[in-house]
Amino acid sequence: MLAFLTARLLTMIASLLVASLAIFVMLDLVPGDPASLMLGLNATPEALNALRQELGLDGPWPQRYLEWIAGLLRGDFGVSYTYRVPVTGLIVERLAISLPLAIYALGLTIVLAFPVGLIAAASRKTWGDVTIMGLTQLGIAVPNFWFAIQLQVLFALVLRWLPAGSFPGWEAGLLPALGALTLPAFALALPQASILARVMRSSVLETMHQDYMRSARAKGLSRAGTLVKHGLRNAMIPVLTIIGLQFAFLLAGAIIIENVFYLSGLGNLVFKAISQRDLIVVRACVMVLVFAVIAVNTVVDLAYGLVDPRLRRR
Amino acid sequence: MRRSFTSHFMAGAVAIGLSAVAFGGAWAQTSVTIGMQLEPPHLDPTGGAAAAIDEVVYANVFEGLTRFRSDGSVAPALAKSWDISDDGKTYTFHLNSGVSFHDGSSLTADDVKFSLDRARAEDSTNAQKALFAGIESVEAVDDTTVKVMLANPDGAFVTKMAWGDAVILAPESAADVGANPVGTGPFKFDRWVRGDRVELVRNPDYWGDAVALEQATFKFISDPNAAFAAVMSGDIDAFPGYPAPETLAAFEADPRFNVVVGSTEGETILSTNNKAEALSDVRVREAIAHAINRQEIIDGAMFGFGTPIGTHFAPHNPDYLDLTGQSNYDPARSKELLKAAGYENGLKLTLKLPPPSYARRGGEIIAAQLREVGIETEISNLEWAQWLEQVFRGKDYDLTIVSHTEPMDINIYARPGYYFQYDNPAFQDLMKTLDVEADPAKRSALYKQAQQMIADDYVNGYLFQLARTGVVNAKLKGLWQNAPTQANDLTAVHWD
Repeated sequence: MLAFLTARLLTMIASLLVASLAIFVMLDLVPGDPASLMLGLNATPEALNALRQELGLDGPWPQRYLEWIAGLLRGDFGVSYTYRVPVTGLIVERLAISLPLAIYALGLTIVLAFPVGLIAAASRKTWGDVTIMGLTQLGIAVPNFWFAIQLQVLFALVLRWLPAGSFPGWEAGLLPALGALTLPAFALALPQASILARVMRSSVLETMHQDYMRSARAKGLSRAGTLVKHGLRNAMIPVLTIIGLQFAFLLAGAIIIENVFYLSGLGNLVFKAISQRDLIVVRACVMVLVFAVIAVNTVVDLAYGLVDPRLRRR
Repeated sequence: MRRSFTSHFMAGAVAIGLSAVAFGGAWAQTSVTIGMQLEPPHLDPTGGAAAAIDEVVYANVFEGLTRFRSDGSVAPALAKSWDISDDGKTYTFHLNSGVSFHDGSSLTADDVKFSLDRARAEDSTNAQKALFAGIESVEAVDDTTVKVMLANPDGAFVTKMAWGDAVILAPESAADVGANPVGTGPFKFDRWVRGDRVELVRNPDYWGDAVALEQATFKFISDPNAAFAAVMSGDIDAFPGYPAPETLAAFEADPRFNVVVGSTEGETILSTNNKAEALSDVRVREAIAHAINRQEIIDGAMFGFGTPIGTHFAPHNPDYLDLTGQSNYDPARSKELLKAAGYENGLKLTLKLPPPSYARRGGEIIAAQLREVGIETEISNLEWAQWLEQVFRGKDYDLTIVSHTEPMDINIYARPGYYFQYDNPAFQDLMKTLDVEADPAKRSALYKQAQQMIADDYVNGYLFQLARTGVVNAKLKGLWQNAPTQANDLTAVHWD
């Protein structure tokens, strides 16, 4: 186990280093000068030069890269070009929305997908199964922003049960904060739950044909009992893989939903930073996301071991 | 699936409880939430060109020696009066007494000297440095008197001091003013949740007339659909630059809202590279002007909001000359001109469009109109950063569409290096004369002459003055209808 963990950690560090270099170089090649974006159409060349120096935009890239890495190691992401405040603070502020939203949406995804997938598998080739599969097909096909707008119109503008958007902050209390995240979480969760339910169904179906399932039935366990006790655990490996991918997606890919509900999450920060050429923020956010994806994958790898003891010995 | 319906129901049930909490602490009628599409990058109006900065802080947090009124005229602000020397080169400003900054320090003539010197310094990052270029020196005579010496007489100096870029800061807070703005205005900066909102609170020690509002929030919503939902649901009390004109009919029909259409300083033009091969011929530029049907663009790209213009000047300005007739829609004339210039077999031009919808939608319409007279355009859509790089700085373009939103900016035509590449010594001399002319009647005549000159040279295609369409809660009064400068002045805003 220790060797496994060490190997994972080393892979993680190597991946992060390669990613950091790629991110830095690619963003350095992007055309567009942050200084001229900030000062607009009437700026004089002197003012532009003064600002470029202030922002540390002059100097060769290897030097700036090393300075950046040195900063990262100290937990210092630098100072945003546009906002002129430390990037670390900006990201922490955004994660306070994006992380709970991703967890909320993932929770909903699992709560919706597990029973639906199981029921579909258990009632294979019946009307129930066909209906569920049709609905999940629809859930995947419908663009989630469209679904988000429908939710917003129905629950916020017509019924007025939930706010149409915006995030009051955790200091406003748990209920208002969760309330503000409820519609976005549902909008994010629906397509993911549809995907997960389908994976769940086919994975459970596959285990149902295994010999040990027949043996379990033969020793007198009920159909449902077999499914829950023996089928579920064995069906978990592909499901865990998908959940890992989905969490990374929910964390980084919520931008469209954030826009619909005017939430200022991480996706929004990246998007605005790109259009403002606030490269230092873009870099930092991408690094955080890369880190999150690698960390989640590591956790999923460890979880494989939990559900399947055979994988622990590898 | 039954389960999933149940959980929807559960969510609904929880939601009823939640909304009671969410709206329980409903806003008292002394606070207001203003929607804005773009978030300011920082809050220092003296260190950036973004309109969103002034839209939050101008007249609310920061004040200058003078200020713009809602009709575009200039009024006293921190300076209660001023004297101009006979040669027109020395301005003596008399400051209001008892003015203090939000950090408690009092405003003195030294702060004014500091602010003006800071703006015109070598290493200044002021986006409108040209405003201060004429200043030779600034002298603090006593606590409430400042003398500004100019190199040449400048009839527009008092107007220049009304710009957001010329507000007065205190030396001790100037360094961090972008994140923590300290001004003299009726509102104090409270906090900024970046990406989401800026909150201001009333300044109890304000030197001038007290404002009605206790609290003001500027909320940033970039997505047009989200803006619609936010206003409809009552999250936003006013959205002065409302980004979804196609939904305005829904608000017009709703008695809870007023739709406000005002004018701006944004001359929207088909900018033309006057040094590009075909376009250096004035006949080609004139041909383009006659090929353009302005009303069709206003209807098609702006949902009918906008005033046609025939030169680079705001129609609501008293000195405006209506020259739209000189470049009227006349495709036959356009074809004749192209023939005379040797392009009867067609002409191919690039049309590079920045992101705003006036440019993207307007560009498609203009391309179709130009095709009618035999000009093919190759459209490319650019991000702002690319546009600044390629078009504005690199001058690698034939045509582009952009709204020039700075007030009274006809003097950009006197810069041969500007991206129009219009180099007319007569116009440059005219601007020099205007710079040193203080007599209002003569200035007015010179402005008219300048408008005529650029229209005669068909420097650019003049399309329309950008309108500002806003949605405001019907009970909220006192917001500006027009936007003579980029601002959301809240000093007169109150609830009925």
